[in-house]
Amino acid sequence: MKRRSADVIVIGGGPSGMAAAYSCREEGVGAVLLIEREGMLGGILPQCIHPGFGLLEMNEDLTGPEFADRLEKRVRDLGVEVLLGSFTAKLSYDIGHGTSVECISQRGIEVIEAPCLIYSTGCRERHAFEIGIVGDRPSGVLTAGTAQSLMDLHGLLPGKEIVVVGSGDIGLIMSRRFAIEGAHVKAVVEILPYPGGLTRNIAQCLEDFEIPLLLSHAVLEIRGKGRVESVVICKVDEMQVPISGTEREIKCDTVVIAAGLVPEVGLLEKAGVRIEPETGGPMVNEFLETSLPGVFACGNVLVVNDLVDHAVEQGKLCAKSVKSFIDGLLQRPTTWKKSIPGKDIRYVVPHLFSGERDNIFYTRVRTPKAKCGLLLKELSKEICIIGAKPSEMIRLNIKKDLLSEVKDNLTFEVHG
Amino acid sequence: MTKRSLTCIICPLGCKIEVELSDGKVFNIEGNACDRGLSYAKEECTSPKRVLTTLVRVKGGLLPVTSVKTTKPIPKALIFTVQKELSSIVLEAPLDIGNVVMRNILDTGADVVVTRSIKKVQNYGFVLP
Repeated sequence: MKRRSADVIVIGGGPSGMAAAYSCREEGVGAVLLIEREGMLGGILPQCIHPGFGLLEMNEDLTGPEFADRLEKRVRDLGVEVLLGSFTAKLSYDIGHGTSVECISQRGIEVIEAPCLIYSTGCRERHAFEIGIVGDRPSGVLTAGTAQSLMDLHGLLPGKEIVVVGSGDIGLIMSRRFAIEGAHVKAVVEILPYPGGLTRNIAQCLEDFEIPLLLSHAVLEIRGKGRVESVVICKVDEMQVPISGTEREIKCDTVVIAAGLVPEVGLLEKAGVRIEPETGGPMVNEFLETSLPGVFACGNVLVVNDLVDHAVEQGKLCAKSVKSFIDGLLQRPTTWKKSIPGKDIRYVVPHLFSGERDNIFYTRVRTPKAKCGLLLKELSKEICIIGAKPSEMIRLNIKKDLLSEVKDNLTFEVHG
Repeated sequence: MTKRSLTCIICPLGCKIEVELSDGKVFNIEGNACDRGLSYAKEECTSPKRVLTTLVRVKGGLLPVTSVKTTKPIPKALIFTVQKELSSIVLEAPLDIGNVVMRNILDTGADVVVTRSIKKVQNYGFVLP
């Protein structure tokens, strides 16, 4: 077993991991080691061939692979060491010594030690069994990401007559991709009474291709011997309970599940990091540092982002924090102030702040509101928000002078 | 006079835009947060256009397809025709981002360019560096 060390280890070479890695070099961190499981960098980006990436970060409308390429160039130019085809099997933490990871690849097993670590492993997709779909188990049931990888990386159309489950951005964008490549998308089925994705994606992905969106509908059962033959769908009430008598069958050969993302926190959890139930990601302070000092998190494993630009922003913040940590300049207060999700707010990230600097908060509402206020309760300050939706993350940059007035808790609430 | 409501697709804000039309001509536009929304709404009502992203086959590459895009929006009505045109092309690896696949496709004024670089390999499959 080979042993080696680095100044910082980054696990996961997607957008936030790449941004974290090259930003560490920019900040002046010496040996930066980026570990990636796949044979190439980019995470989900190389298979997201649609445009819409980088509007905030690069001021340009790029496709996923183009955006990934820009980040990868910086990673290479700034001298980050990249380990491809390398699986991180174990992460252990020792107070005073920092982190050590066990990495498996064709080179064998390596143990790598570093005083700090950035965790950017992204998410996995929720599959059919997690959303209560029963019935036969034929071939032709895939998650959206798998279908996307088959089609857009490997050139294989996964089916001809497709039913998409879930109307988040991934489901909508995949529907358009199937339609463009010549498949027939028979319906997008959404259990909630409102669509899960951005409004512009409803327009350009579904309406453009005349794909029906069935709101307040659920897939009850998948039928088929060998291959998917049909799905049974039905209407659901406000409590998402199926309404009997509304069942109908849709013939199809493929079911694509786009029912949300689950942060890949396995290694963090085992290492003893505190996980927040609402985000499914680690609890972090304003430095994006987890409950283990020197272990930072960014990108979708921290909070599911709508825009890649925000994942990159988090990566860059992690890099700044790592530099301060290594230099012994990370100034944590004796007691943290807490950001609390109040009425109609699902979560607020980061969870802890000091009030000693400006801070970016990411938050989501629980239900859609045409016009509402976001109330920072303890500060009696209200921010007007037009068209708040659970699908659209709200990013707030709150200034130091406001945050310093907070005593111990700051509650974020939807008002009106 | 007819009214049309649109969702602006220029940025993630997705403004609801109301357009008043008469004889196919745009009279009044409301609800756009910026000028880009104004020109989008005008164009959407007169000659809707979209950027097309799709795939083109590749021979001898690490992956068997590359992703491509039109360098500017093309008429919506031509999307499937352009797509069909591209389906018969086979490119040779290596490919770089920005390589032109087809110039001025179907006289739209848009080029089709590669958006994912593809390395040349002997055998397609998982290759370690």
